[in-house]
Amino acid sequence: MAYEIVKRPHVENFVRWSKFKPEVVVLSADLTSSCEVGKFRDTFPERFFSFGLGEQNMLGFAGGLAREGFEPWIHTFAVFIYRRPLDQLEMSVAYPNLRVRMVGFLPGITTPGGVTHQAIDDVNVLRGIPNMTILETGDATEVESVLDVAHEVDGPVYIRMLRGEISRIFPKNEVMEFNTARILSTGTDVTVLSSGISTEEALRAIPALQEHGVSVQHLHISTLKPFTDPRVIESLKSSKYGVITMENHSVIGGLGSAVADLIAEHGIGKKLIKIGLKDTYAHGASQKYLLHKYGMSARNLIEATEKLMDKNLKISEEELSQTRVIDVHSTAKAEAL
Amino acid sequence: MSITKASTQTDIDQIASMAHGIRHRVLEHTVKNNGGYLSQACSAAEILSCLYTKLVNLAPLASPLEPRDFVNVPSKNFTEYITGAEFHGEKGPALDRLFISPAHYALVIYAALIETGRLTEKSLEKFNKDGTTVEMIGAEHSPGFETTTGSLSQALSQAGGVALARKLRGESGKTWIFMSDGEFQEGQTWEALAAISFHNLSNVRVIVDVNRNQVDGPMEKVMSIEPLTERIKSFGWDVEKIDGNDINQILAAGSTFQDKPKVILGYTDPAKGIEILKDRPDALHYVRFANPFEKIKYNNFLKAWK
Repeated sequence: MAYEIVKRPHVENFVRWSKFKPEVVVLSADLTSSCEVGKFRDTFPERFFSFGLGEQNMLGFAGGLAREGFEPWIHTFAVFIYRRPLDQLEMSVAYPNLRVRMVGFLPGITTPGGVTHQAIDDVNVLRGIPNMTILETGDATEVESVLDVAHEVDGPVYIRMLRGEISRIFPKNEVMEFNTARILSTGTDVTVLSSGISTEEALRAIPALQEHGVSVQHLHISTLKPFTDPRVIESLKSSKYGVITMENHSVIGGLGSAVADLIAEHGIGKKLIKIGLKDTYAHGASQKYLLHKYGMSARNLIEATEKLMDKNLKISEEELSQTRVIDVHSTAKAEAL
Repeated sequence: MSITKASTQTDIDQIASMAHGIRHRVLEHTVKNNGGYLSQACSAAEILSCLYTKLVNLAPLASPLEPRDFVNVPSKNFTEYITGAEFHGEKGPALDRLFISPAHYALVIYAALIETGRLTEKSLEKFNKDGTTVEMIGAEHSPGFETTTGSLSQALSQAGGVALARKLRGESGKTWIFMSDGEFQEGQTWEALAAISFHNLSNVRVIVDVNRNQVDGPMEKVMSIEPLTERIKSFGWDVEKIDGNDINQILAAGSTFQDKPKVILGYTDPAKGIEILKDRPDALHYVRFANPFEKIKYNNFLKAWK
């Protein structure tokens, strides 16, 4: 299936969205254009604050601004929000439950920047932090509408954000809703829960599975914490053979682990296969290559389904929908890592 | 340059008496509980007395407040969270704010609040007792605290954010931060110094208790931070180095400003007023008596002290 490709939707959308919200300020750590807020800086320079390469201090400033009624929107790469300044994130932002929005770019293996730039354990780290809300965007519509969802939360919010050329999978008017999964297909054999870019990958495989007679319940997850949506719980119960999670993240502590908690807590008793990075770091290469190398592709969803059903479905590579290949050096990419 | 408030000899006598009161209360508590953050009272008593009486323009309280019982931590579901800033009085655009950075000074801060009529006398009896906010290493619900800074060096950045917000709103009040010298070993402090200077937050005032001691011993043996004056100056700050136990010097340094953020480095004596502390080996961070004889020595000192 060919999706509309939207180029850098955050650039214009964030300016439009924040125009009449004077409390919204942007804090940046030398990755302003890379995080698609260069236009915000140029449009509202009085609401843009540069902190250079100093994330620990930036998190503290954000806390101070939020205490005084401003709504700081930190824009930087995800790794630089939850790794180096984790203590500051916890003590200066999360403990006092401040309305700081942390927009983390380059989730998982979406960057060829390698291990230092790939946020593969952010959900695991941040899910354990009290007061945190965690959102993840899976397409252009979610990149646009996540702003309203985050804005409404009374407390800190971390967003796994996409940039550059982004597919529009969900209609523009079907916006992200807090703690509400999107039901993309209904079925009773297996339940697939996917988040972020893994949803597009899952959508390559699911039509082929359905062609081969597999009844698939597919949910797209955009709120990773809290994780209490009754639609999710019902979908876990309804699967005959089991559950598959698919995420652009380590299989430890992310979507798969959150689902495992629900299965155990609700006594659902289904098998679970977690697709994601199998307790390993990745390295610098293209998204397509990394999805295949680390077993996170549409093909791996087919294999997981076969394993749950104990059946060879004989699905050929041609039956999987076309992979969208993003040129690392495309003009819509930010100019620098 | 401007002198904000003139100080009379009566003021100075009153501050000296408060500083003595802080040391006395902390020593009394230390003897009673067989341990305490005693050296911090010795070093910082004059600085804190000056801050709370003359330097920081805080709203007065009608009467000393009782410390609250702990109820819960802040969350979406608990909106009645109380803040230790209530001991600093109502906030106002022209009033100052005071952030206490080294939360390990909590015992000394509580003593200072008692001495300056902001916290009830009996509050120290609740120190480190279950269910109270008078905690050993204060969080932002503890009397006098507005941020949670037991993980050191985080207050300066947070106060920087507050100062930035106040600047954006056009407020004239200053934002003060009381710091310890050990915090200048943390990288975040230097990030914050750079950012406060870069964003021209000229209403920020930092006063540091440079007692040159930390948990592992004297700082020059653990990790030297000198030359501190020159280092901070090179970050674009106004820096004044003074004797941090000399009330006249503290008041003078705290009242004269250029149009840039200022750090006052108060070099202090970690055994000031309780010279028997000098008998201890290099371990002043937390005084726990090694044996019953040491406790008797301190108790005798306390009893003989006027």
